[in-house]
Amino acid sequence: MSKILIVDDEPNIVMTLEYAFRKQGFEVFIARDGSEALEILNKAIPNVVLLDIMMPNVDGYETLKKIKQNKVLENTKVVFLTAKNKMSDVEKGLALGADKYLTKPFSVKKIVSEIAELL
Amino acid sequence: MNNYLLISIIILYLAFLFLIAYSAEKRSRSKWVNNPIVYSLSLGIYCSAWTYYGSVGIVAKSGISYLPIYLGPVIASPLWIILLRKVIRISKQHKISSIADFISLRYGNNRFLGALVTVVCLFGILPYISLQLKAVSETFEIMADETSYVSTSILDDSTFYIAVLLAIFATFFGTQKPDASEKHKGIVMSVAFESIVKLLFFLVIGVYVTFYLFDGTTDIYNSISKTENFSSLIKINGLEGGVNWLFTTMLSFIAIFLLPRQFQVSVLENNREKYLKYAIWMFPLYLLLFNAFVLFVTWGGMLKFGTSVNPDYYTLFLPLENNNVFLASLVFLGGFSAVISMVVVSTLALSVMLSNNLIIPYGFLDKFSKGHPEKNATYIKNIRRISIFSIIILAYVIYYNFSIELSLVSIGLMAFLIISQLAPSFFIGLFWNRGSSKASIISIIVGFSVTFYTLILPFTIQAFTGSTGFIDHGLFGIGSLKPYSLFGIDFLTPVTHAFFWSMSLNTLCYLIFSLASKGHYRERNYAEMFVDSRNYTSLQDGALVWKGEAFVADIKSVLVKFLGEKRAERALNIFFEKYRIPKDTIMADARLINFSEKLLTGSIGSASARILIAGVVKEEQISLVEVLKILEESKDTIATNKQLREKSIQLTTLTNQLKQANVDLMGKDKQKDEFLDTVAHELKTPITGIRAATELLIDENDDMPPEIRAQFLNNMLQDSERLSRLIHNILDFEKLARGKNTLEIKLQDVQKGIKKSLTVVESLALKKGVIITNKNPHKFSVPHDEDRLVQVMTNLLTNAIKFCPEKQGEITLDYKLGNSHIEISVTDNGKGIPPEDIDHIFDKFYQSKDQNTRKPEGSGLGLAICKEIIEQHKGKIWVDKEYKKGARLVFKLPFE
Repeated sequence: MSKILIVDDEPNIVMTLEYAFRKQGFEVFIARDGSEALEILNKAIPNVVLLDIMMPNVDGYETLKKIKQNKVLENTKVVFLTAKNKMSDVEKGLALGADKYLTKPFSVKKIVSEIAELL
Repeated sequence: MNNYLLISIIILYLAFLFLIAYSAEKRSRSKWVNNPIVYSLSLGIYCSAWTYYGSVGIVAKSGISYLPIYLGPVIASPLWIILLRKVIRISKQHKISSIADFISLRYGNNRFLGALVTVVCLFGILPYISLQLKAVSETFEIMADETSYVSTSILDDSTFYIAVLLAIFATFFGTQKPDASEKHKGIVMSVAFESIVKLLFFLVIGVYVTFYLFDGTTDIYNSISKTENFSSLIKINGLEGGVNWLFTTMLSFIAIFLLPRQFQVSVLENNREKYLKYAIWMFPLYLLLFNAFVLFVTWGGMLKFGTSVNPDYYTLFLPLENNNVFLASLVFLGGFSAVISMVVVSTLALSVMLSNNLIIPYGFLDKFSKGHPEKNATYIKNIRRISIFSIIILAYVIYYNFSIELSLVSIGLMAFLIISQLAPSFFIGLFWNRGSSKASIISIIVGFSVTFYTLILPFTIQAFTGSTGFIDHGLFGIGSLKPYSLFGIDFLTPVTHAFFWSMSLNTLCYLIFSLASKGHYRERNYAEMFVDSRNYTSLQDGALVWKGEAFVADIKSVLVKFLGEKRAERALNIFFEKYRIPKDTIMADARLINFSEKLLTGSIGSASARILIAGVVKEEQISLVEVLKILEESKDTIATNKQLREKSIQLTTLTNQLKQANVDLMGKDKQKDEFLDTVAHELKTPITGIRAATELLIDENDDMPPEIRAQFLNNMLQDSERLSRLIHNILDFEKLARGKNTLEIKLQDVQKGIKKSLTVVESLALKKGVIITNKNPHKFSVPHDEDRLVQVMTNLLTNAIKFCPEKQGEITLDYKLGNSHIEISVTDNGKGIPPEDIDHIFDKFYQSKDQNTRKPEGSGLGLAICKEIIEQHKGKIWVDKEYKKGARLVFKLPFE
């Protein structure tokens, strides 16, 4: 069973994604910001992380860097899911090593299929 | 007193003066040498032996008519601030070294004029110096034991040796440098010291006579008033006497400016202009003290001796009569001091004139232009040294041959009168640019001739032949040409009579010939500079109008002759630096010509300097019109430059403002971008929520549990509300920030607004169990927009409720009054605002990191809107950092 970590500070959005991925048979973990995510990551070692960028405390970019430095998380894919949709933002995100860059607002179905494709 | 003892005292005293002068030269930069007191005291040189002994003599003979001699200077001194300052400024600029130089320069370096002034000064001052020597000789005889002793040859006359010593003194300290415009600090210091000595000892003898020999001033007055003819001694003698007074006052007014020794100490030896501020009251005070006891000493002498002794020397006879030799010696030394200072400085001044304005320009220029620089300097010094000795010896010869005929007062006044012939050229020339050299020469000659005819000639004839025929009958027996009563004016004393005629004709000639003759362009040039000394400092070297061809190398070769290779090189370098001219410039311009003339003026006088420089340049004639045009242009240039500078400053300011505005704009642009980004992000968030939830709900294949369906629907509702609130706030904030939403500010009670806002948050507070206390429910009217105040209050209260602990929340609403504002505060007992957030909570979309991850109801704009509203009320909103038991937000509204 694939494990997914959803990192976002907006509970209403998290709720929809959680519902959709559970239904697809994912084991879903949830973090409300970067620092919470890093804690969970080490324990859960998910196959994929769905990462928002603009969050309090530790933001998405920082979190990605930490993931990339962590050997244990070598095989963990990271997908940004953010409202930042400028070309420069996308480039920056991919340059940092994200596997995909998806933008809000989103179609739940599309997110699910994008993630499935990645795994 | 023993002759030898007396001579020893004199020599000792001279040695002491030498020491003072010497140490002053050594420490020429010390504040003991350079201060306004020394300057003011040196002006006391005005009081010569004439004052020291002569005043008493006049009072004995003609009563209080001695006073006008001091009235003139007293009247003149307040004017020094304007007049003397101008003269000092010009003299410094041009390195002027004497009154002859000054007048000659004013009229375009006129060589003949300089020489004429020198001759006039010699005529006036030589007998005056003789007179001083006579005073020394006579007082020496009074003091010596062998009163009957009459010297039979020059060689055993002690006065001769004293004269030689004074000449040595003047030579030693007066000719150290070839540049005569350099200061003579040693001489000035000794003069200042002598001024103290003579005043002090004169006061001592005054007190001695008044309070020791007599029983105070009342005693003397009572005794003297019983003698006959007393009333004539204290009166002005009607209108005639009044006119005499007036003229004598005018005469002394002129003398205080123009006497060569006075010009020397007050102008040439002046170090700083600001000393004048002290001199204008110190000098009159000095004169006042000097005259304090004159009347009483004289009356005392008259009571004791009557006419049995020369009243000039009452001050010596009185103590001697009472066997007080010591006191008499002090008086003698005081008088001697008066003589020394007068003789030394007058001789110095005359010698400079003689060398720079007569001997050098008329005899030695060719020699100098061929000579070696060091030799030239020695030559100049030697000319001056010989001049000093010649003057003193000449004065001695005059004294020795005509001693009997000289009375202190008559010769003194005669000197004043002769010198005063320079007055029109000097004073009018300072303020009237039309005054020309021709007019100056003619007026001085005419004035001097009239003086000669009406005073010098008859005085001399009477003194030597004893005949009064010329005086009584006039030239060729023509009655209207009687020297003492020309054209029937017979009510004046000889001196004032001569003053009246000479000064009237002198001034008249000056005015008429100035108006009639146009004058050379060069003198008009200097006239402009002297008259307009206001612009003078700014014009400086550029003020000289000159047109022609000159090579820098030629000018340099002339400078080298007088300054030596090194100094000339240095001076030129300074010049080139100052005007930023390349050093290898070949052709000289007007500024260099002017600069070089100034450099030479101190050494050889302005006329010679001009002649020497003119010898190596090819000058073109310029018309007067052209001179005036160029002068006008240089003034215009200065004015234009000033305008340009101002404009440039304005431009710089504008540029800076523009730059700042640009930075501001760019900042604003960036802010706007960031704001839009944030807005977009904030809007996208609820939309994302709604869209995702809708998508899931709409899926017919999905068998979603009803409670999750309800949750999603509820979320959608929440997100919609959030969206509409956000849009509303953004629009509200934008309107406020752009000033589109004008406030409706009215004077009204704040309590109304407070109550409204309390009603708004009532249910919210109740739900969370928070108690809100309105601590100060009194009415108070402040100008404000009530709806906006409610908005602010509601926002603050909502925030407070949000951060209050559940069930135990307490919020206090309070206001207090300042002088011109009301301060409203909202205090809660929550966990307070983290220090790192305090400075940012009023920023747009700022949300504390410490907030609960469950996003609070806010839009991120609430406090930013509050701040905008309060600021539009010209108030202020802030966090009270001192308050630690929760959070306290305060805002104030002005009511004035």
